[in-house]
Amino acid sequence: MTVVADNTATNANALIRQRRREEWSVLSLAIPAALIIAFVVLLPVGWLFYLSFIGDDGQGTLEHYRKMIEYKSYYRVFITTFKVSILTTLICLALGYPLAYFLAQLPPRWAGFFMLAVLLPFWTSLLVRTYAWLVLLQRKGLLNEFAIDIGLWETPVKLVHNLTGTLIGMAHIMLPFLVLPLYNAMKKIDRDLMHAAANLGARPINAFWQIYFPLTMPGLVAGSLIVFVLCLGFYVTPAVLGGGRVVMVSTQITSILENQFNWGAASSLGVVLLVATIAVLFIAGRVFKLESALFGKG
Amino acid sequence: MQNDTALPIQISGLTKQYGDLYALNRVDLTVKSGEFLTLLGPSGSGKTTLLMAIAGFNRPDCGSIRFGDTEMILTPPHRRDVGMVFQSYALFPHMTVAENIGFPLKLRKVPPAVRTKKIEDALETVQLSGLGHRNIDQLSGGQRQRVALARAFVFAPRILLMDEPLSALDKKLRERMQIELKQLHRKLGVTTVYVTHDQREALTMSDRIAVINHGELIQVDNPEGIYNAPANEFVADFIGESTILPLQQSNGSLYYESQVVCPTPETNSSTYSLVIRPERLSLQKPDNADLLVFNGTVKESVYQGETVFVLITLDDSNEISVRYGTNAVSSTSQLEPDTRVDTFLRLSDVIVIPGTGQ
Repeated sequence: MTVVADNTATNANALIRQRRREEWSVLSLAIPAALIIAFVVLLPVGWLFYLSFIGDDGQGTLEHYRKMIEYKSYYRVFITTFKVSILTTLICLALGYPLAYFLAQLPPRWAGFFMLAVLLPFWTSLLVRTYAWLVLLQRKGLLNEFAIDIGLWETPVKLVHNLTGTLIGMAHIMLPFLVLPLYNAMKKIDRDLMHAAANLGARPINAFWQIYFPLTMPGLVAGSLIVFVLCLGFYVTPAVLGGGRVVMVSTQITSILENQFNWGAASSLGVVLLVATIAVLFIAGRVFKLESALFGKG
Repeated sequence: MQNDTALPIQISGLTKQYGDLYALNRVDLTVKSGEFLTLLGPSGSGKTTLLMAIAGFNRPDCGSIRFGDTEMILTPPHRRDVGMVFQSYALFPHMTVAENIGFPLKLRKVPPAVRTKKIEDALETVQLSGLGHRNIDQLSGGQRQRVALARAFVFAPRILLMDEPLSALDKKLRERMQIELKQLHRKLGVTTVYVTHDQREALTMSDRIAVINHGELIQVDNPEGIYNAPANEFVADFIGESTILPLQQSNGSLYYESQVVCPTPETNSSTYSLVIRPERLSLQKPDNADLLVFNGTVKESVYQGETVFVLITLDDSNEISVRYGTNAVSSTSQLEPDTRVDTFLRLSDVIVIPGTGQ
């Protein structure tokens, strides 16, 4: 058969034009979001980045970054931030994995009910939840009084305005972020796989560690990363429940701005935190194939 | 070939109730050592429940399941030592083909060198040599099916269970796999219980077929027995095509429209029906044979390649379906709608079942 020249093939050009038009109309749907990101995210971040290289005299300088290396206090702030974030993630894992497993085993109706219970706090203001913990955990709070009443301990235990309180509050607020992707991963596991494992001779404990657990890894990694990254930049809860004793990067930024009104120093902290966050995501992405964890098939 | 280690399965009084519904109702069934037995029934008949009970995945309400002389009803699935091919294949997606097949061997602490050898042998048996390193998502449906099969027999189980293993394959591949499964069964000699809702598949593959409906075993027999001597209307209707016509009784004989069919069988049923397999009817009157004759008019006829399928409205207003070989039909005009036809059935091809008649 002879090949017909493109422009004479029936409707070829019209069909190509039609396809292009459709592609453009799909692209144009993304324009509003792209604009918002440009103005709300990229522009301010670029501005902060610029500010972090400007000294008090208005000249370009690396002074802010140098201070961060020279002063031990900055070093401590970063260590605290990472420590709190890692501990919160670990607490969420310890609480969230069994919880997600429990939810995934329930019949749909009950799973919906308990899922609502997990999500309910989401619909309450963060500030309200944080202060609620303050009420519960303070020296004369509900928990201490109850514990003393039933004789668990005799004098009030310090549960708030310290690391303990911060971790309790943050773990509570972050838990759904871990449970949701984990639950999703667990729900996707075919029951037959567990049957097959048993059928092939795996004791329940073997079947769990060799089949079930590896298959929940994508959800586990995705959830942990979300929690960890959110923790890195968390402000309200550590500020309120830490009572000034748990200084994280975000709280430090605020205090620099409030006390010294030093935009340059505050910006440089923000830039370092952003770079650290991106580095964490990048490394995790390399190690765990993050795209497949976050977006399904990779 | 008889496998020394093949085990018979003895099921007795097995009952499983879901609410008011009997998924299994006092099922008694023996699967002989090395036999290929098919559980055949419509969806919801209890065939899968029965298979799952044998594998140990559900807990029956009462009854006994014995492998050889050993009572297994309380044994957890991981200690039953039966191979199983799942309808969904249930291959572990995070393992390669070789790791999947090696999984049961690893659990049984087979040394790595022996394991590798056994995996290779199993792959060869299912004609997948050299694909051991592949990931599961790199395989076609047919290949996955073979991996699932290899994983189920690689650890030499004494019993093999298959839950509609071919239902996800296309027709051509399914028919080829039926033959291959049959050959594999002959080679391994392992006691096999196969579940399907496809009557043709059951007829093709089985040594014996157990027809099951509403949680009860209706009939257990070899394929010829099931096809030629169905126990009741359900079996006659479910296996193969058939027309079922009511019979009249008088003076110790059964009649269809004043033609004698056969002497009344000695059963406790008060009514009987005639089962006609469409391919047993012929347009030409056979010589030297006792016959039933059906007079009627063609309602519809469909050319289907090797056969012509015809619906005939009989003069008594019953309807029968007929399948003539294409070469037995002299001209298509002979089977145009509204043409009168006579069709013949040898008395030796007559199937009589209890029930449904007057």
